Amino acid sequence: MTTFIIRRLLLVPVLLFGVTMLIFLMLQLLSPVERSALYVRDFPKNEKAIEGIIKRYGLDKPFYEQYWRWLVGVVDPMTHERSGGIVFGDLGYSRTSSQPVSELIKNRFPNTLDLTIWTIAPMILVGIWLGVQSAIHHNGFIDQAARMFSIIGTSFPTFVFGLMVLMLFYANLHWLSPGRLSDDLMRQVSLSSFHRYTSLITFDAILNGRFDIFLDAIKHMILPILTLSYINWATFLRVTRSSMLETLRMEYVTTARAKGLAERDVIYKHAQPNAMIPVVTLAGFSIVGLLAGVTITETVFNYPGIGSAAARAAVSLDVVTVLGFAIFVGFILIVANLVVDILYAVVDPRVRLS
Amino acid sequence: MTEHIPTGDNSLLAATFTTRKIGWFERFVGPENYRILMGLLKTPASIIGLTLISFFILVALAAPLIAPPRKGADPYSVPRDGFTSDPQPMGSAWKRNVPPIPFWYKAVTGNDKWVHLWGTSEGQYDIFYYCIWGTRTAFYTGLLVTIATLLIGVIYGSVSAYYGGIVDNIMMRVVDILMILPSLLAALILAAVLTPRIGKSLIPVMTALIAFGWMGYSRIIRGDILSVKERDYIMAAKVVGVKDSRILFRHIIPNAIFPTLVLASLAIGDVVLSFAALSFLGIGTEVGYADWGQVLSFARNWITSLNVYWYIVVWPGVTLVLFVMGWNLVGDALRDVLDPRMRGRS
Repeated sequence: MTTFIIRRLLLVPVLLFGVTMLIFLMLQLLSPVERSALYVRDFPKNEKAIEGIIKRYGLDKPFYEQYWRWLVGVVDPMTHERSGGIVFGDLGYSRTSSQPVSELIKNRFPNTLDLTIWTIAPMILVGIWLGVQSAIHHNGFIDQAARMFSIIGTSFPTFVFGLMVLMLFYANLHWLSPGRLSDDLMRQVSLSSFHRYTSLITFDAILNGRFDIFLDAIKHMILPILTLSYINWATFLRVTRSSMLETLRMEYVTTARAKGLAERDVIYKHAQPNAMIPVVTLAGFSIVGLLAGVTITETVFNYPGIGSAAARAAVSLDVVTVLGFAIFVGFILIVANLVVDILYAVVDPRVRLS
Repeated sequence: MTEHIPTGDNSLLAATFTTRKIGWFERFVGPENYRILMGLLKTPASIIGLTLISFFILVALAAPLIAPPRKGADPYSVPRDGFTSDPQPMGSAWKRNVPPIPFWYKAVTGNDKWVHLWGTSEGQYDIFYYCIWGTRTAFYTGLLVTIATLLIGVIYGSVSAYYGGIVDNIMMRVVDILMILPSLLAALILAAVLTPRIGKSLIPVMTALIAFGWMGYSRIIRGDILSVKERDYIMAAKVVGVKDSRILFRHIIPNAIFPTLVLASLAIGDVVLSFAALSFLGIGTEVGYADWGQVLSFARNWITSLNVYWYIVVWPGVTLVLFVMGWNLVGDALRDVLDPRMRGRS
């Protein structure tokens, strides 16, 4: 167990180095002037200023030197102020939103996290339920229907599905709407009387006792949650179904039936817990995947998270911003995957031994 | 596969063995691969899938007949009827830049004025043309990206698996690193970096999809090669003194590549989906280039009135879904056939 964790931990610096190097290589495709956004707020205007900036931040130096500067930043010898330096959380300036990239992430990430948290339960529970039903009624009508659903589900691109539910529930029925909150409530949230304890709007609303804001936030999130869940339902269905079918064929299940247990108890108390082991891993990776895979969903629903911000920056070719997001997402994914791997080793002894 | 032809008195043999005739095709692809192909042709789901794929191949081939381009114009740039922003409904008359009327139109509708069959999008681009010519773009990008990723993945994975040890370890860590970022996000970034340098076209997006799309294949082929590598005939070749590269390319890869090839041939659906997703976000081709993702991206500006302009979403959406579903249906059947527990059954 300890060896497994140590070996897994040793991989982390390698991955961190690899991801930063990968992103840095993409930065090197930019011209030195474009790269100056890593250190300074405004695009330099005249030739002299451009040259000065390139010199000061070593944007024409060999690439390992630039990589080092990019990591730790450049300290001004006069004022001792540091600019740049991703290890200190300075990801450069976003020219399209005229603020530091880290600031942009700080504003946007809570919204993405909020959406992710509320997606976890519907995604996992419905997916597992579908899979279990499908396995119990193996080759029956429910199984076939679930299988059909899973194929249609995986073939529906997120953005087509998103646009279609918007068309139905927003444009036609006016039940739900895109965005984050209704306009007047958005104004109230930004007032100082509304305390931002967690910066997650739904939780803040509960802590402030504002259930109208909570309900409104949930109402705006239903469609994105549905869109993010349904793609994963198909995967959960497939994994749960095959794992459950395998477990139901095992001898201890036959024993349970033979000793006269009710079928309900056999399925839900004896078989299901054991069939859940592969599903647990899948759940871990799906939750991590949710954080990363929100780009399109957020764009379709005009939801102000990091995904839609990254997409907008990419379209306006604000590469420094997009790469800033990439570093952030890469870091989160490395840590989250580490946690999932270790948890999985704790849950399943077979992993530890191999 | 050698064939044993019993000679002399074989009445005893005939009593204990049931013999089966092996056709040239089965001999050509090998019994295991033959079983996989036949399995695909027997499952109802994959038959529907293959039908859908054939239908789209037909549409792509016959695009100039179904939706003839204007004379002298680039067929991939969708003809536009004016410049007003509001989409026009289905069946509205074509006023400006009218392309030639296709041969089937009069026979089917009895009308001799070409109309916007599926309406127009914002900026009066014809949605029908977008969908028909977009099929060609889809196959083109899908095939090219798949072939390129497959080549890179197979070469990389084989080298890694063949040499093993520290080489393998380092090469696979590089794969791990490239797979940390979700492929769509990584491709989005690279496409955004490349677009100003190459210009708005298919190339930046395709390059990005290739750069972050090959790692899966290298992992699969690596696993298959590791098992083939241990077989006796490879040992024999080494003993005889055959060169490394010859062993790899003549003896190992041909015996290990089939599952990877089949998976790759079905990945076209996924590639087209990622491509459409990137164009939907606004990265990729010039506005007006026949491409499914792009026409869907127009819908983003009309979300409040999609109840009126539903045809901007529905027609291209259904086209894309059916295309991807075709590949998924075949892929799903394939997963069953390739399942090792199914081996030995017919």
